[in-house]
Amino acid sequence: MTIHNLYIFSKNGTLLYYAEWNRLNKSGITKEEEAKLMYGMLFSIKSFVNKISPLDPKEGFLYYKTSKYTLHYFETPSGLKFVLNTDNASQNARELLQQLYRDVSNLFLIKNPLCQLNEPIQSELFKLKVDELFKKSPLFLSRTI
Amino acid sequence: MVIYGVYIVSKSGGLIFNHDHNVPRIENERVFNYPLDLKLRYENKKIVVSFGQKEGINVGHVLTAVNGNAVIGRELENGKDVFDLLEEPECFPLSLKFSRARMTTNEKIFLASMFYPLFAIASQLSPEPRCSGIEILEADTFRLHCYQTLTGIKFIVVAESTQSGIEILLKRVFELYADYALKNPFYSLEMPIRCELFETNLQTLLENVEKSGASSA
Repeated sequence: MTIHNLYIFSKNGTLLYYAEWNRLNKSGITKEEEAKLMYGMLFSIKSFVNKISPLDPKEGFLYYKTSKYTLHYFETPSGLKFVLNTDNASQNARELLQQLYRDVSNLFLIKNPLCQLNEPIQSELFKLKVDELFKKSPLFLSRTI
Repeated sequence: MVIYGVYIVSKSGGLIFNHDHNVPRIENERVFNYPLDLKLRYENKKIVVSFGQKEGINVGHVLTAVNGNAVIGRELENGKDVFDLLEEPECFPLSLKFSRARMTTNEKIFLASMFYPLFAIASQLSPEPRCSGIEILEADTFRLHCYQTLTGIKFIVVAESTQSGIEILLKRVFELYADYALKNPFYSLEMPIRCELFETNLQTLLENVEKSGASSA
């Protein structure tokens, strides 16, 4: 089980934070372009899911799965979007994202008055805490070991 | 255990077949007094609820009838504007009927071509090399399964999250497609599938899978 990478987007699509742990494939485009592509895809998936859903959706899109990886998606009511790529065997990645939002973002981001909302995150403490949280998680198992 | 629908998308991204299997009808009729405790909005030639969901009438539901008269666009059958009607206190109480918007064929074609780039981007943004596109997409109300054949045709099944045996079902649909659509001399590739045998066989297959899961597929 591995965690590949993490994206955090703001309400209007700015990439707030990106971190990667085990990533073998580079998409061949710059990080900014990749973030825009990712956000665009998620935005389309959201409207796709809303239209195709036979019942009234509440949370909407949860995750998608391909042959090699799973993308987990968690959106807060305020529009903050968390995206986590893991391998297919990972369970409960959504809870991990909720935990990230509950513990880390609130404490080290929103309660930090020097942190500008809607701008990429600069806080070193936040980066440290995110890294710590994911490395502690049972989902995280680097293949280099 | 419900299968909501089957879609087939051609190599170039066009919708060539769609079949609604078991789509629930969500309808609510209620008597309202003046003033209305819902906020309505006119968009895409429909009157939709934009705020104030309660008693089964949710945001996004479409106004379909007023006092039993069907609503067409923003007007009643007699040509009266619905928003004007709702402003007049003497017309109340009114019985309004709301339902969840059903996809029109045009919307289905639009969604099918929308799925195509999503599928491609998912494989491009992959953190692992040599990755396929979306195979399963899950939301809280349904799960979408997609199977792409070597020739690039996508078979998509939308079902309840608990429905089992979809992988086998997708391969069986492919088989049916190969047997009844491709062997039909009147069928040209990349064109919409209108083969009776294919549809009847698909219908039986879906019913079997719903009843007893993967075993009979």
